[in-house]
Amino acid sequence: MSLLDFQNVTLKFGGLVAVNDLSFSVEEGEVFAIVGPNGAGKSTVFNLISRFYDPYAGSIQFDGHDLLRSKASGVATFGVARTFQNIELFDHATVLQNLLVGRHRHRSTNLLSELFFTPSVRKQEIQNRHMVEEVIDFLDLQPYRDSLIAGLPYGVRKVVELGRALATGPKLLLLDEPASGLSVEETTDMRWWIDDIRRQMGITVLMVEHDMGLVSSVSDRVLAMADGARLALGTPKEVQSDPAVIEAYLGHVA
Amino acid sequence: MRIVFKTDYMQDIRPWKDGYQLSLYLILLAFMIAAPYLVDDFYLGEITNVLVWAIAGLGLMVLTGHTGQASLGHAAFLALGCYANIILLEAGMPFMVAFPLAGLITGAVGVLIAIPALRMHGIYLAIATMAMSILTDDIIVLTEPWTGGVVGKFAPPVNVFGVMIDRWGTPKEFYWLILGVTVLITLGYINLLRAPLGRSFIAVRDSEVSAQAMGIDVARTKAISFGISCAITGLGGALMGLYATTFNNETFSVVISIQLLMMIVIGGLGSIHGAFFGAIVIGFLPQFLSISKEYVGAVFGGGTVAIPGLEFGVFGLILIVFILFEPMGIYGRWLKIRTWFELFPFYRKNMFKRKKSYLKTERVR
Ligand SMILES: Nc1ncnc2c1ncn2[C@@H]1O[C@H](COP(=O)(O)OP(=O)(O)O)[C@@H](O)[C@H]1O
Ligand SMILES: [Mg+2]
Repeated sequence: MSLLDFQNVTLKFGGLVAVNDLSFSVEEGEVFAIVGPNGAGKSTVFNLISRFYDPYAGSIQFDGHDLLRSKASGVATFGVARTFQNIELFDHATVLQNLLVGRHRHRSTNLLSELFFTPSVRKQEIQNRHMVEEVIDFLDLQPYRDSLIAGLPYGVRKVVELGRALATGPKLLLLDEPASGLSVEETTDMRWWIDDIRRQMGITVLMVEHDMGLVSSVSDRVLAMADGARLALGTPKEVQSDPAVIEAYLGHVA
Repeated sequence: MRIVFKTDYMQDIRPWKDGYQLSLYLILLAFMIAAPYLVDDFYLGEITNVLVWAIAGLGLMVLTGHTGQASLGHAAFLALGCYANIILLEAGMPFMVAFPLAGLITGAVGVLIAIPALRMHGIYLAIATMAMSILTDDIIVLTEPWTGGVVGKFAPPVNVFGVMIDRWGTPKEFYWLILGVTVLITLGYINLLRAPLGRSFIAVRDSEVSAQAMGIDVARTKAISFGISCAITGLGGALMGLYATTFNNETFSVVISIQLLMMIVIGGLGSIHGAFFGAIVIGFLPQFLSISKEYVGAVFGGGTVAIPGLEFGVFGLILIVFILFEPMGIYGRWLKIRTWFELFPFYRKNMFKRKKSYLKTERVR
């Protein structure tokens, strides 16, 4: 069985069909990319997986769980982490605090023990910190550990958001346009990180990305969407040479 | 210039940065404990008042400063804590039981109110809680058999570890009682902030969508925050009742709610320090105004006529000045001054510059 199964999902915003009877599945261990013009419904697919919207029809299965029966906050506990197209960090907290929030799904203490900061809370905090430090080392975030998000450059925030998702210790990582707004060097870093995340950490990656260079160099399979529906699905090469995809990107050739 | 070298995770987990900071707080605590021998009973009473307000402020800070939910209704919870405490005492319960119980009751009622109230956001929540605060007056009058209605109630002396304490008879012991409660609540608050729950409050405040994506149940977290906030406020209310010694339906008016919110905004939202700084302003403003009124009267020969609403007006003015020039409150200013000294001579002017932010959580949903 696939890690993520997205079957015949339809979502409407009023009269607009944002996702139209869309099906795809992501296999464990692969990097799966979704491409498509703006407004194709790519971010909406992510928001459906995150349970921010209820689909009109269809089913979404993750790792043996029916996501549609879960609350939005339950999705993370199954092992799905994500980033947002317009960075959504905790702006008035430090980088360290942001990453530590990523550990929330592993919380085993309660209000009372935290109020007294019992030894078990202390132990859990040291453990959390240890995991977070590994992420900090991996993404070279050491200089920013104690900086507030609000003062950080865009590129760094993008990396912090990736770090926060990694800190949750996910099975599946959803990246919504990880390279948008990044410089050429930053994009190169991002490419290596995505590669390492898959190879070293064994995390499955589902990403939305416009940079076709990045997409073809890191992904195993690509789904091309337009108007909420599937245009093509296959290896990056196959999708790039698909006539329907070329038409969607270049418009009708008379 | 002072540099803190970090070699151990515990340096970030424990509440103080280094021995230097710890000793500063211990010295402050020593001074606070010694205060009854350093100042006369009048000023001791004023300091006690500041601490009581600080407790109430800490309560609202949990909800508004750390979880981002504005409440203009916290006077209602002050009232609930105050009346619960006195009613339990009158029923013969010892203070050491009645007082924490008053906090628990207020916290529980807070959670019940939070469940419907927290479906509202921003200004709507503020209006709804304000309505609740306005209703409190009527509810106290309607439940006259328990609350004493417009006649009000008297706070009896309370027994703490065998010592009878009341505000006028034993001001020193009363002060220590309040100081003890303040320290305990502050320590609990510090613990929460360095644990997952406190971080989930901050997460909900800064971005509800990504809090959810991190596995935080937003509605639940807000309800817990409301509960803790109300419990602390209830304890503050109970102490406020003991401090006032007599109170009735008008003591905890909606003006107190507004004042409490203004207080933590001026002090600095999202910091424990802010509640204390704000309380100092609230506590000493009347003193300051009456002294300056005398001074103005002496200079201009205008006499010392009472100007109705002056205190509140000046308070509002301070609030506006802060929102315009120092949105991070007194605590923010304090941080800047401290950083200036710590980094001397490397402080840069734009060090604390922040990007303009707006209520993000209202955007994606
Ligand atoms: N919350 C919403 N309410 C109404 N319309 C929405 C909402 N979110 C997205 N849409 C619409 O759905 C379509 C798909 O959007 P989106 O998934 O963000 O596209 P993209 O592929 O660029 O990420 C767009 O037409 C967008 O305007
Ligand atoms: Mg998008």
